Amino acid sequence: MTMASPSAPDTTGADGSSSRISKVVVTGNPNAGKTTIFNRLTGLSQKVGNYPGVTVDRKEGRLRGVDRKVVLVDLPGTYSLAAYSPDEVAAIDVLLGQHAGGALPDLIVHVVDASNLERNLYLFSQLRELGRPMILALNMIDVARRRGLEIDASRLQRQLGVHVVVTHGQKGDGIAELRNSVVEHCTRSSSPGTPTTPLPASLTEAVNTFRDSLDDGERRRLGHELHFCEALRAVVDVNGHCERRVTAKLGDAIRTRIESARAKANSGLPLAMLETRTRYRWIDEHIEGCCEQKTREKIHLSERLDSVLTHHTWGFLIFAAVMLLLFQSIFTWAGPLMDLVDSAFSALGGWGGANLPEGVLRSLIVDGIVGGVGGVVIFLPQILILFLFIGLLEDCGYMARAAFLMDRVMSRCGLSGKSFIPMLSGFACAIPGVMAARVIEDRRDRLATILVTPLMTCSARLPVYAILIGTFIPDESILAGIVGLRAATLFGLYVLGIVTAVAMAWLFRKTLLRGKSTPFLLEMPSYKLPSLGTVLLRLLDRGKAFLTRAGTIILAISVIVWALAYFPRSSETVAEFTARRAPLEAALEATPPDDVDARARTATDIATIDQEQAGEHLRQSLFGRMGRTVEPAFEPLGWDWRISMAAIASFPAREVVVSTLGTIYNLSNEEDEESETLRERLRDARRDGTAERVFTVPVALSIMVFFALCCQCGATLAMIKRETRSWGWAGLTFGYMTALAYAAALVVYQVAIRFTG
Amino acid sequence: MTLDDLVPGQRATVTSCRGDGSVLQRLGEMGIVPGASVRFVRSAPFGDPIEVEIGRFHLALRRTEARRIDVELERPGTS
Repeated sequence: MTMASPSAPDTTGADGSSSRISKVVVTGNPNAGKTTIFNRLTGLSQKVGNYPGVTVDRKEGRLRGVDRKVVLVDLPGTYSLAAYSPDEVAAIDVLLGQHAGGALPDLIVHVVDASNLERNLYLFSQLRELGRPMILALNMIDVARRRGLEIDASRLQRQLGVHVVVTHGQKGDGIAELRNSVVEHCTRSSSPGTPTTPLPASLTEAVNTFRDSLDDGERRRLGHELHFCEALRAVVDVNGHCERRVTAKLGDAIRTRIESARAKANSGLPLAMLETRTRYRWIDEHIEGCCEQKTREKIHLSERLDSVLTHHTWGFLIFAAVMLLLFQSIFTWAGPLMDLVDSAFSALGGWGGANLPEGVLRSLIVDGIVGGVGGVVIFLPQILILFLFIGLLEDCGYMARAAFLMDRVMSRCGLSGKSFIPMLSGFACAIPGVMAARVIEDRRDRLATILVTPLMTCSARLPVYAILIGTFIPDESILAGIVGLRAATLFGLYVLGIVTAVAMAWLFRKTLLRGKSTPFLLEMPSYKLPSLGTVLLRLLDRGKAFLTRAGTIILAISVIVWALAYFPRSSETVAEFTARRAPLEAALEATPPDDVDARARTATDIATIDQEQAGEHLRQSLFGRMGRTVEPAFEPLGWDWRISMAAIASFPAREVVVSTLGTIYNLSNEEDEESETLRERLRDARRDGTAERVFTVPVALSIMVFFALCCQCGATLAMIKRETRSWGWAGLTFGYMTALAYAAALVVYQVAIRFTG
Repeated sequence: MTLDDLVPGQRATVTSCRGDGSVLQRLGEMGIVPGASVRFVRSAPFGDPIEVEIGRFHLALRRTEARRIDVELERPGTS
C-alpha cells in the first residue's frame, strides 16, 4: 500500500557538490551494538553534548577517513518511533528533522542485531516510511552464527529493498564497506522512491485525511509540514509525544480531528495492536528464507549464566560481592596512582614556594591554585576506576540483570528496575544519572528518580570521604581481617545514600507524585565480552569532563576561596605580630650557635607566633567573618567556623570542600617549611585559642554524613532544571536534601559524642 | 490462562493482550502480539518480575503486565 499524500518536501535538494555537509543519523535498538559502530566510523572526532553519558545526549562526529564532510549523529537506542520517553522524543525529532537546525537526515544508518532480526526490523518497518535513503548494518553476525543462525544477506537486501552491509562492530569487520556505502549514498543525489507501508488502507487513509485537513494557518502554526509518520503517531499513540505536540501547537480543536481519525481507522482491534501485529506479519513475510537455523539451538550460555547470576541466593550474593569489589578496588588499586598525582602537585607547589617571591602572588599560586586544584585532581584515578567498572558492567550486559534483581525492591518504593540504572550511574556522577532517567517513560517514575538520584554517592563525594576516612578512621580490619574498617565505613556511607534515596522515593510517590506506574519491560541482552574500545572511549570522555571541571569551576572557586580567605590583610595586624616577633628574633641572633636547645626553643616560639598571625589573618578575612556569622547554626553539628565556611564555599561543587580545606589550612600554616600533607594538617588543627582538636571522629562522621546527603552541586541542579524544565524541581531537590543533611549530621554528631565521651 | 500462570520451561502462544494503548504499543513492539510464541524462563528472586523468551530474545516484565496477556499452552514437543 503506498502512502497517498507526498511525504514532506525534500529539503536536501539535488545538490551533490562535495562542499555540502551531509547529515547521517545512526539509529537502532538498544543492545544492537550501535555505539560501537558509531565509534568505529567516527573515531575520536566525536563530540558529546555538554555532558558525557552513553548516548543519553546527542553525539555527533565526523566520518573519518573520507574527504567529504559527513556528520554522523548517534541517536539514543529505541525500539520504535512511538515516543513516550524523552529519549524516544529526541530520537524521533532528529529523524523527522525537527531538532534544532533541523533538516531531514540525508541518510539513515540502521544498525540491527542479526541474532535477533525480527524484533530489530520492527523499527526498520517504521523508518522506511520516512522515505529517506537507508543502509541496514547487519551487526553482531558472529553472535547469530554462534547460535547456529545463517543469514542470507543478499536475499535480505532484495526482499527488504535496502542496501545491507554485514558488520562485526567489535572486530571492525565490514566497517570499511559501511563507510564507503555511506559516502556513496551521500554523493548520490537520487531522491528515494515513494515510501510504502504495510499498514491497512483504513488506517493510512484516516491518517492522510487527518493530514490533509490541516489548513494553511494551521500548517504555519505547526512550523513544518506534518509528515506521514508524525501524523500516524499522533493518531495511533494515545497521549503520546506527537499527539501532545500537535495539540499544544494547534489547540484543542485538533483533538476532535485526531479522535475522528481514530474512529475512522477502527477495525475492531485497538490501533496499537493493529499496527504492531501488521508490522510483525510484514517482517515475517519479508525475511522469509533469509534466516536459517542450521543447528538446533541449545540453551545458550547466557541463560545458563543467568541461572546463577539471577538466582535468588547466589544472584544477590554475587551482586553484593561485585559492589563490594568495586568499592574495595577504588581504595586499593587507586592508591599508587593517587600518590603519583600527589607527589607531582607537591613538587609543583614546592618549586613555586622556592622560586616565587614571597607575597600575594606566591600565596595565590601555591596555596590557591596548586593546593586547590591538586586537592581535587588527585581523585582522578578513583573516578576512572569507578567508571571503568560501571562501563564494563554495562557493556557486558550485567546491568540489565541488576535491574531485574532489583525491580521488586524498587517497585516497593514506587520506582522501577529502570530507575536502578540511572541511580547506579549516580554513583559515578549525578549528571549522567539524571540524564539517564530519560529512558523512563512514566513521568512520575522519572521525576522521582531524578529527585533521588543526587543522593547516590557520586565520585565527587569520594574526595571528601577519602580524606576524612583516611585521616580519622583507623586502618584496622574487621570480620576476621577480610574487610578493612575504612572500606566498611565507605560502604556504610554508600548504603546511607541508597537507603535515604529509597525512602525519599517512596515518600515522593506517596505524596507529590502519587499515581500508578506504567509497564516495566526490560530487554535482557545476551552476555558478551565487553568491547574494550567502547569502554575506554567512554572512560576518556569522563576523564576529560572531570579534568575540564577541575580546570574551570574548581580552579575558579579555588581562586575565589583563596581570595576570600586572604583578604583583607590589615597592616596593623602585620605590624603587631612583627613587633611581638622582633625581641625573639633579636634573642635568636644573640644566642650562640652552639647552644642548640636555646635556639630551638626560640625558633618554636617564633613559629607559634607565626601560626597565631596566620590564624588571626584568617579570622579577619572575609571568609572568616562569614564563617563566624554562621558558626552558631553549625555548632550543634560539631563544626567550627572554618568547616562551616568550607561547606558554604562548596555549594557550587561539593568536592571543592577538600580544596577549600586545603587552602584554608595551607594559609594558616603559611610559614611551615615542610610540605605537610593535608591529612596531617587536619589532624593537628586546633580550635581557636584552645588545644582542643577541631577534627575528632564524631566531627568527621558529621561532615561525611552531611556531604552524603546534601546537594552541593550547582551542575546537578542546573541539569535537573534542564531535564524537568522547571527551577521548582531543582529547588525542591536542593531544599529537601539540605534539610535532610543537616538533620542527619546533627543526629550523628550528638549520638557519636555520647559514645566517644 | 495468562502468561502469569506459566511455570519455568513452559511454552505458550499469545492469543490476545488487554490494556490501554500505550501498554499494547509497548508489548506489541517487543513482539508480544497475538500468534507469537513465548517461553517462560524464570521469575526474579522475589517472584516478580518474570523473564520470558520471545522470538530470539529475553524480556523481563512484571506480573501485573503478564496478567494482561492471554496465552494458550503449547504441547511439549510442538515448539
